Amino acid sequence: MTGLVADSAALARKDLLLELRARETLPAMLLFVVTALVVFHFALPADVSDRAAGGLLWVAILFTALLGLTRAFVAEREQGLLDALVLTPCDRAAIWIGKALAVLAFLVAAEAVALPAYSLFFTDLGAAAIAGVALADLGICAVGTLVAAMAVAGRARELLLPLLFLPLAIPIVVGGVGATVGDDPAQSLAFLALYDAIFAILCFASFEYVVTE
Amino acid sequence: MLSCAAAVLVLLGLGLALLWAPEDADQGISQKIFYVHVPVALTAYACFGWAAWKALRLLWTGDERYDLESYTAVHMGTIFGVLTLVTGSIWAKVSWGVWWSWSERQLVLFLILFLFYSAYFMLRYSLDPGPRRQRSSAVYALFGVVLIPISFLAIRLAEGLIHPVVFTREGPQMSNSMFAAFCVCLAGMLALAAALYRVELTGKRIDERIRDLRELLAREPARQPVLTEVRS
Amino acid sequence: MIRARGLAKRFGAKRVLAPLDLDVAEGDFVVVTGPNGSGKTTLLRVLAGLVAPTGGEFELGVDRSELGLLAHEPLVYRELTALENLELFGRLYRVPERRERIGMLLERYGLWDVRQERAASFSRGMAQRLALCRALLHEPRLLLLDEPFNALDAEGVELLQRELGTLRAERTLVVATHDPERLGPLATGRLALA
Repeated sequence: MTGLVADSAALARKDLLLELRARETLPAMLLFVVTALVVFHFALPADVSDRAAGGLLWVAILFTALLGLTRAFVAEREQGLLDALVLTPCDRAAIWIGKALAVLAFLVAAEAVALPAYSLFFTDLGAAAIAGVALADLGICAVGTLVAAMAVAGRARELLLPLLFLPLAIPIVVGGVGATVGDDPAQSLAFLALYDAIFAILCFASFEYVVTE
Repeated sequence: MLSCAAAVLVLLGLGLALLWAPEDADQGISQKIFYVHVPVALTAYACFGWAAWKALRLLWTGDERYDLESYTAVHMGTIFGVLTLVTGSIWAKVSWGVWWSWSERQLVLFLILFLFYSAYFMLRYSLDPGPRRQRSSAVYALFGVVLIPISFLAIRLAEGLIHPVVFTREGPQMSNSMFAAFCVCLAGMLALAAALYRVELTGKRIDERIRDLRELLAREPARQPVLTEVRS
Repeated sequence: MIRARGLAKRFGAKRVLAPLDLDVAEGDFVVVTGPNGSGKTTLLRVLAGLVAPTGGEFELGVDRSELGLLAHEPLVYRELTALENLELFGRLYRVPERRERIGMLLERYGLWDVRQERAASFSRGMAQRLALCRALLHEPRLLLLDEPFNALDAEGVELLQRELGTLRAERTLVVATHDPERLGPLATGRLALA
């Protein structure tokens, strides 16, 4: 078990280090999410409620996450490095955990800018909304990383990833919006936790089959 | 054999539904679509479940055969899923005058599933044939079957919090004769799906065999490489 | 160590590896020859477990921690330094006394001075030498080398030729090459793919 943790940490650290050097993905995500929020302001009619804006926050988060996920396996794909990782004796799930943690870090960093921006442009966000974002992030990164690994092996990978990911993300959006503007945030948060638990287990068990033959 | 049974059951079921079962007190003649819509929906679920089972077998045993079986089942499920959407839409139009209603849970669920399983086909087209494609498809099929209950919960959650329920429909209080007609229809749809599945699977396996034979004939059998010892 | 019967690989309709039998015992040095496209790379990838064969069966007597592969691409992270790359793989392979081992390998293959440089700044030859370090990091019992002389510069070629003698004594080697003369008389077995 400690091997899994250590390997995941080493791999996550590697991705963070790579991003620190390249500085490509995170700035893009930050800029994208703020731009999206501005676009939403212009997309919403004047008399629309805060609730609609709350919904659009989730659209922004989802597509920012997609931006990060599309870049997730780029190095491994371009340099054939997935082979190198799969050759090592590490548990394949460590590859998934490490990568998901890195994507999570980028997403949280983007949200650290997005959420205050949202409060600035639209309305304040309650504690339930923040909790919802946190839980949703886990689900997005867990499922998104696995699906990104699937997509990366094929042609038209940038097109394929959103198609594979979005239907799976619909429940996350429902839970997130419920936590943000719904009447019973606790129920939505519980649902998000359920989603995270179920899909995390599923991803953990099945990642190996996605990257090996 | 199976196709005959399917044909008989479907026709019998429809006949019973249209002619023999009494009209629903509330909805009148439009309720008859229920005899097609719900069995088709249940059959779609059954197909997706079958696909997930075959996917699990593939991952468990590594036997290639299961890949085509899982793929065909997903294909069947998608076809019946589209039928569900179409019949559901017709029923909505007849009942409420609109082609689509977000408050109709089955419809929304099938829309999500349709999107999900369409992406399944995109995944398959995007990967070259081989173990990688088989395994990724299998994992995705498993995700699909887990998505079904989760999406259902999500839709209920969404209804309560975000989309007020505009139209409701009581689950049919079915009399015995209605229930009997329904069961025959359901059996018919399942048999139909099974028959189509059998036909398509056989077709795909034949295609595969033909490809193999063609390849075998096209190339000369290569000289078998032999490991030679080197005398030093 | 390796036992294969009727091992074959097809990509869709294209046959890449004709059915072959293979027996490699511990300590052997097998040279796989054949023109480009004859399936040498595929064979090595099948043996490494990266690609599943479509026909036949094979047994590998070592697990992943005892297997090393030198492939066509260097398989190192270009934006990490040589040291960081080897650190990462050293962790994943659970190499004991990692620092010392990495230092020793970098010195032996002439990369000590550039250990803090990103792999992207390396020449092809240097990158391949780094790849060799990566492949040898965990002292694998079985080493698979795919056309190792291809990407090396003159200095690297000389190094490798010297090394092969030592490696030959310590490990089991399967080397794919279209230029078997380079390997000299070291081979114990030769496999010629069509």
